[in-house]
Amino acid sequence: MSGRVVRVASGQGFWGDWLEAPVRQVRDGHVDYLMLDYLAEVTMSILQKQKSRNPEAGYARDFVPLMSRILPDIADKGVRVITNAGGINPRGCAEAIVAEARKQKLSRKLRIAVVSGDDIMPRLDDLLARGHTLADMDTGRPLAEFRAEVLAANAYLGMAPIVEALRKGADIVITGRVTDTGLTLGPLFHEFGWDFDDWDKVAAGTIAGHIIECGAQSSGGNLLKDWRKVRGLENPGFPIIEASEDGTFLVTKHPGTGGVVNVASVSEQLVYEMGDPHHYITPDGVADFTSIQLQQAGKNRVKVSGIRGGPRTPFLKVSIAWFYGYKAVGTLVYSWPDAYDKARAADKILRRRLKNLGLEFEQILTEYVGVDATHGKLSGPPPADLAEVQLRIGVRAREREPVERFTREIAPLVLTGPPSVTGFAGGRPRVEEIVAYWPALIDRKEIESQVRVDLLEV
Amino acid sequence: MATAKRPKTKAKPKAKSARVGKTLRPRRPAAPLPPVKIQLRWLAHARSGDKGDTANVGLIALRPEWFPILVKEVTQARVARHFKGQVSSVDRFELPNLNALNFLLHGALDGGGTISLKTDAQGKVYSTALLRMEIHVPADVARQALP
Repeated sequence: MSGRVVRVASGQGFWGDWLEAPVRQVRDGHVDYLMLDYLAEVTMSILQKQKSRNPEAGYARDFVPLMSRILPDIADKGVRVITNAGGINPRGCAEAIVAEARKQKLSRKLRIAVVSGDDIMPRLDDLLARGHTLADMDTGRPLAEFRAEVLAANAYLGMAPIVEALRKGADIVITGRVTDTGLTLGPLFHEFGWDFDDWDKVAAGTIAGHIIECGAQSSGGNLLKDWRKVRGLENPGFPIIEASEDGTFLVTKHPGTGGVVNVASVSEQLVYEMGDPHHYITPDGVADFTSIQLQQAGKNRVKVSGIRGGPRTPFLKVSIAWFYGYKAVGTLVYSWPDAYDKARAADKILRRRLKNLGLEFEQILTEYVGVDATHGKLSGPPPADLAEVQLRIGVRAREREPVERFTREIAPLVLTGPPSVTGFAGGRPRVEEIVAYWPALIDRKEIESQVRVDLLEV
Repeated sequence: MATAKRPKTKAKPKAKSARVGKTLRPRRPAAPLPPVKIQLRWLAHARSGDKGDTANVGLIALRPEWFPILVKEVTQARVARHFKGQVSSVDRFELPNLNALNFLLHGALDGGGTISLKTDAQGKVYSTALLRMEIHVPADVARQALP
């Protein structure tokens, strides 16, 4: 590996990840960049809903108290933060950080960049009118049929606006729907000045980003191989990329932290959510996962090299959230003896009652937790002396009313159904609104001309 | 709870003759030992995730020398049969550089994402469901693989 090394640390693998991780990443050792991934496929719709109730909301609220804790470290050490916590309202998020920074006596001024232009909700009708079908990539259905149901629509942006923000001197870059991998690619391309058309470098940065985008899932968390031997997960070391100018990099973690970085932990993360490994498509290029070479280069150090890639496509992916309907899940626990038979009898009774009430559902799904909930029929029959089983029944409908009524049919089973039943202390199940995900493609020119990078100063 | 079955190599008389090396009798030029059926859990580790209504399972050989066995035995057709009734179709990709196979299990998630009513709506443990599959391996591989 060549001399200069850039260290990009993962601080959150999803919204709701371990809150201590980013703090440990900036305090337990040297890092140049802290990357925080907040956005899953359905997160945008939740944020859209929050913003429709309160125009100042619409971003990952947890990000603000989290940044409040590490702002002094960032100012002192010059760690730069890249995050898509901005969700549907990156400017609002940035302004909240500015307000937070003003409250603190920081050692220097911070510059905060806001990346916008991914939100195409305001332009949706115009785009549809101009012939963009935004057809569902899985089913081929055109979006126009479901236009009234659409709650949020965002294009996945790549690294370009992040590189621009860093070039303008941003200490904190807050984006909306930028790809997980773009959050890592941005700093690498900024630091090394790589050409955006150097496809092998794009692929290398993409794979570096993929390895750390799920936080500790590449450094010992959720690791199946030799899981009993993974030590210290009470203080898991989140992964860090040590990238070199030649496009190779190391995956590592801070000394003294728990977990493990080895070929197995990195391999498991590499295959996570993988489609066709020859064509891992991002807004910035196409990475070939069959070119990746892994090598244990020391304790908790894995060298990654050999990565090849190909040119970016003319399209960007759009994530559209649309209102689908309602669902609810009810559970009850039945105990030995004959736990499984009792639970099955209860299921039969409940289904008859739902039918007698004339309730119509798109689906009723029964699972027996402890018997078949995770592996279905592959689990085989349960043992005769099963200690207990949880009956778990879910229903889904386009209308609220049948789902609402279903939630009132669970508790009565306790006194009107099979015996030895418990575990209903949580009360009536909650009716949940289903916001479904609609992936589509759009001509990237439509989006890229609208992307903006604005700078706020504390 | 139906925990994963240990293969009964000991019960098979021919497999037992493989233990002749433990005795002091001189080894006869033995006929090749018949293959032994074992669960994938002893040969591979795995992780799964989701994309819409498709679950993926990345299956990684626990030892590089076992990867060719996975390539030969864990075919697209056999995985489709393993998950019959649970998935609509299966694709398989090879990643020899990682000693891994990647399977796409289409229609595996009851609609997927937020629509699915399943406990495992995001296919997080389809990985271990694949590891239940039994394949034939040479007797010496079974001996190395089993705990």
